Amino acid sequence: MIEAEGLERRYPGFRLFLDRLEARPGEVLAVVGPSGAGKSTLLRLLAGLEAPDRGRLRRRGPAVYLDQQPYLLERTVLENAAFGLRLKGWPAARARVRAREWLERVGLSGLAARPARGLSGGERVRLALARALAVEPAALLLDEPTANLDPANVARIEALIGAERAAGRAVVLVTHNLFQARRLADRALFLLEGTAVEAGPAAAFFERPADPRTRAFLSGAMVW
Amino acid sequence: MNEVLEITLRSLGVSGAATLIAAAFGLPLGLWLGARGAGRLARSLLYAGMGLPPVVVGLFFYFLFSRSGPLGGLGLLYTLPAVAVAESVLAFPLIAGFTMAGVASRAEGVRRLVKSLGGNELQAFLTLLAESRRVVVAALAAGFGAVISEVGAVTIVGGDIRHATRVLTTAVVLETRKGELERAAVLGLLLLGVTLVVSGLLVVFGEREAA
Repeated sequence: MIEAEGLERRYPGFRLFLDRLEARPGEVLAVVGPSGAGKSTLLRLLAGLEAPDRGRLRRRGPAVYLDQQPYLLERTVLENAAFGLRLKGWPAARARVRAREWLERVGLSGLAARPARGLSGGERVRLALARALAVEPAALLLDEPTANLDPANVARIEALIGAERAAGRAVVLVTHNLFQARRLADRALFLLEGTAVEAGPAAAFFERPADPRTRAFLSGAMVW
Repeated sequence: MNEVLEITLRSLGVSGAATLIAAAFGLPLGLWLGARGAGRLARSLLYAGMGLPPVVVGLFFYFLFSRSGPLGGLGLLYTLPAVAVAESVLAFPLIAGFTMAGVASRAEGVRRLVKSLGGNELQAFLTLLAESRRVVVAALAAGFGAVISEVGAVTIVGGDIRHATRVLTTAVVLETRKGELERAAVLGLLLLGVTLVVSGLLVVFGEREAA
């Protein structure tokens, strides 16, 4: 679970401010908004990769952030999957056993001995997910995990996200794909120019948005 | 010993020594600058250093080591150690610069990955070192390639003395001037072969652990 209150981050010419945000266990919170709205900055703040200028942030349990283009080490697929566990001090053999289990779950067990840098786009994201999930995080922070992927990989990754939600993990999903947000989200948040315009349960958010700017964004009338 | 073999071994030895000296200073500097983010001044200086004219470096060390120069008492002019030092100055910015650029391109991704998985700054730095093996190999290959093929500084500081400071490049120049083009071509091919073999060995052994 992640709770944020009065979260503020300033850059020259940009200010992100969120009065309140919760990422609850067993829920997917979709963060949508135009480019430059501050979605990735928000994820990095929640992950602790950036420090807020003001506000309170509470994380119960580790939160793992998955970049838009996940960094894969110049090692094998298996070593990449085991990397987070090795950072936590797991012995190599035990970490490899656990990593193999996760590779199996993301459908990459057949590629375990391959160099990770040779994977396709969808395989790279699945490997990064396996690496992130192997450390059993309480929250998963995903920054456009299916951008530019083919439908088959999108379906696999969405299924994984659904399974993690069912397993009780809190998931924060930044996405430009509104259909995906509808499919996966329990709650949704619309960010515009660093400000939370509207947030709420997904059904109401997508079917009956209260704010005219949210309506404009969801209908495609807001050009960005 | 066959003179060609002698010249080849001397070239390898002096270029290897120059590369090692340059690497001893250039690798830590490049890693440090790449990991912490080098400022514009540091980047500009290193990139400018990559284009140092060998004859100017040679001339500098000639003045330094000549009898009336500040280090003339050491008697190093026209010796292999002087050549190695001058060539290490040419290799240093190449090794530091290539290392810096390669490490910098990985630093943010590695740091973000390690931190996002709950690791600390030290683990991020150690991971960055491990991830930079190919960068180091490329930097060493560039440094070695530059010094073994260099002719300006080695002529000025070494003097191209037979059985003392003659190396493959100066031998090629000499044979060409003498009109012994066939011999010059053989030496040139030998120089290419040596560079190729050393680069190949660097890649094979330097990247052996990498997937």
